[in-house]
Amino acid sequence: MASVTVNNITKHYGKKKELTQALRGVSFTVEQGELFGIIGPDGAGKTSLFRILTTLLLPDAGAASVDGLDVVKDFKAIRQRVGYMPGRFSLYQDLTIEENLEFFATIFNTSVSENYDLIKDIYSQIEPFKKRRAGKLSGGMKQKLALCCALIHKPSVLFLDEPTTGVDAVSRKEFWEMLRNLKKQGISILVSTPYMDEASMCDRVALIQNGSILSVDSPEGVIASFKQPLVAVKDRNMLPLLNHLQAFEGTQDVYPFGEYHHVVLKDGYSAAEVSTYLQHQHAQAEVQPVRADIEDCFIALMKSA
Amino acid sequence: MTTNNIAIQAVELTKRFGDFTAVDAISFEVKKGEIFGFLGANGAGKTTAMRMLCGLSIPSSGKAAVAGFDVYKQTEQIKRSIGYMSQKFSLYEDLTVKENIRFYAGIYGKSDAFIKEKTAFLLKELRLEAEASKLVRSLPLGWKQKLAFSVAIFHEPEIVFLDEPTGGVDPVTRREFWNMIYQAAESGITIFVTTHYMDEAEYCNRVSIMVDGRIDALDTPAALKRKFEARSMDEVFLKLARKAKRSGD
Repeated sequence: MASVTVNNITKHYGKKKELTQALRGVSFTVEQGELFGIIGPDGAGKTSLFRILTTLLLPDAGAASVDGLDVVKDFKAIRQRVGYMPGRFSLYQDLTIEENLEFFATIFNTSVSENYDLIKDIYSQIEPFKKRRAGKLSGGMKQKLALCCALIHKPSVLFLDEPTTGVDAVSRKEFWEMLRNLKKQGISILVSTPYMDEASMCDRVALIQNGSILSVDSPEGVIASFKQPLVAVKDRNMLPLLNHLQAFEGTQDVYPFGEYHHVVLKDGYSAAEVSTYLQHQHAQAEVQPVRADIEDCFIALMKSA
Repeated sequence: MTTNNIAIQAVELTKRFGDFTAVDAISFEVKKGEIFGFLGANGAGKTTAMRMLCGLSIPSSGKAAVAGFDVYKQTEQIKRSIGYMSQKFSLYEDLTVKENIRFYAGIYGKSDAFIKEKTAFLLKELRLEAEASKLVRSLPLGWKQKLAFSVAIFHEPEIVFLDEPTGGVDPVTRREFWNMIYQAAESGITIFVTTHYMDEAEYCNRVSIMVDGRIDALDTPAALKRKFEARSMDEVFLKLARKAKRSGD
């Protein structure tokens, strides 16, 4: 049985004049035990989708199920089974670490000791501070506590809405390692993020933009679907290089990509033609064919949408 | 104190809160027209350092000059000479596009004629003419951030401070945003920018990386990668930030 099914869900906010279409017919399925990423910028519809799946918001149309239960009819049963970590820190700031955890365990009619195994690895990192109030914790510690509270009733599906937003590169890597470990315990995990590079940590991803899904596939599958030849070009002076590459007849698209510019080539062109084109004005330029990454795919999908 | 081509100069700049040293004797210079990336893990002291440079927080010790003005005594002159934009706060959501421009330009004491002429030019450039009378709240995030940047440099400051300006923005708009940064730098405005996107560190002329209140590395992206034997800025950052003893913000 699929863990989560989403079938043609739509959702809008506001009235005629200031109408915002948050979700425009979104469909996908998440398998049992899968680590599934929903990747897209702010305003793409990620939070609306999570709120619908956690039964906090009603869709306008379409159907969705979690653990085989309908998100509208069976909302009470779903609430017993899912763990939800919202984008904004929403634990009780005036309670200590320990009190927050006990509070959430009690609400779900369980105890901290009953499911301690599940959170042990994460909780042990903040346990030395268990008497500290949640409001006084650092960003990284808050994040770990929120994850523990979302896990304490041993949910079958875990929803994490942008857990790594505004978190530095080191803490982000650590957080994903925690998720990989949780996955081993058989929990299905849906996690949303605006960081394209986090796609590679997921089993499968849905790329989302403007309320529509651009692609659902494994990270490798998304990359394999990028068919155009792609080259990376570098020179001492990057700004004139960008302008020259834009003027090249074989260029379909060109954009800065870290220390390189990425040039998406039209069919039939390759790195060799780019080198020849650049040999006068950019004799020192380094040109090499590269494999697309998720961000290249996202840009291509956005532009063709 | 103005030294011709230096926009920011900090010498042993320090900020202590009680017995906690948030910024620990940092020294660096930013040249005029430079794009300077100011990186560091959460809690490394970036925000505190930035607040001192913007004249919002008086240092505990050390020296610094921003646009030639002293961070202890000339904070008002500093505020007049800089622009500021952050991901979290930039524009008033309940004001229209035009009202926001008018409001910020007014605060900086620009004349009505200047505001009128430049607003028309700006709206055209951003292709926001049709949205001029709409509330900022109704704009997509990417447009908002581009507008916020334009508003932050509307009064033609010497230096603009950008605090994670592209967080959560889609990859296409993120690049359009950096294009605007390049244009501003080319017109002579000094850019001081923080980001969590390591590919954006590559777009900076020079980058500093703060760890536990100190600047542990400062150089061009190419030189940093050579020095730390790393393939990308991401690796450089991880190598340095992993040593951090402090955590969180």
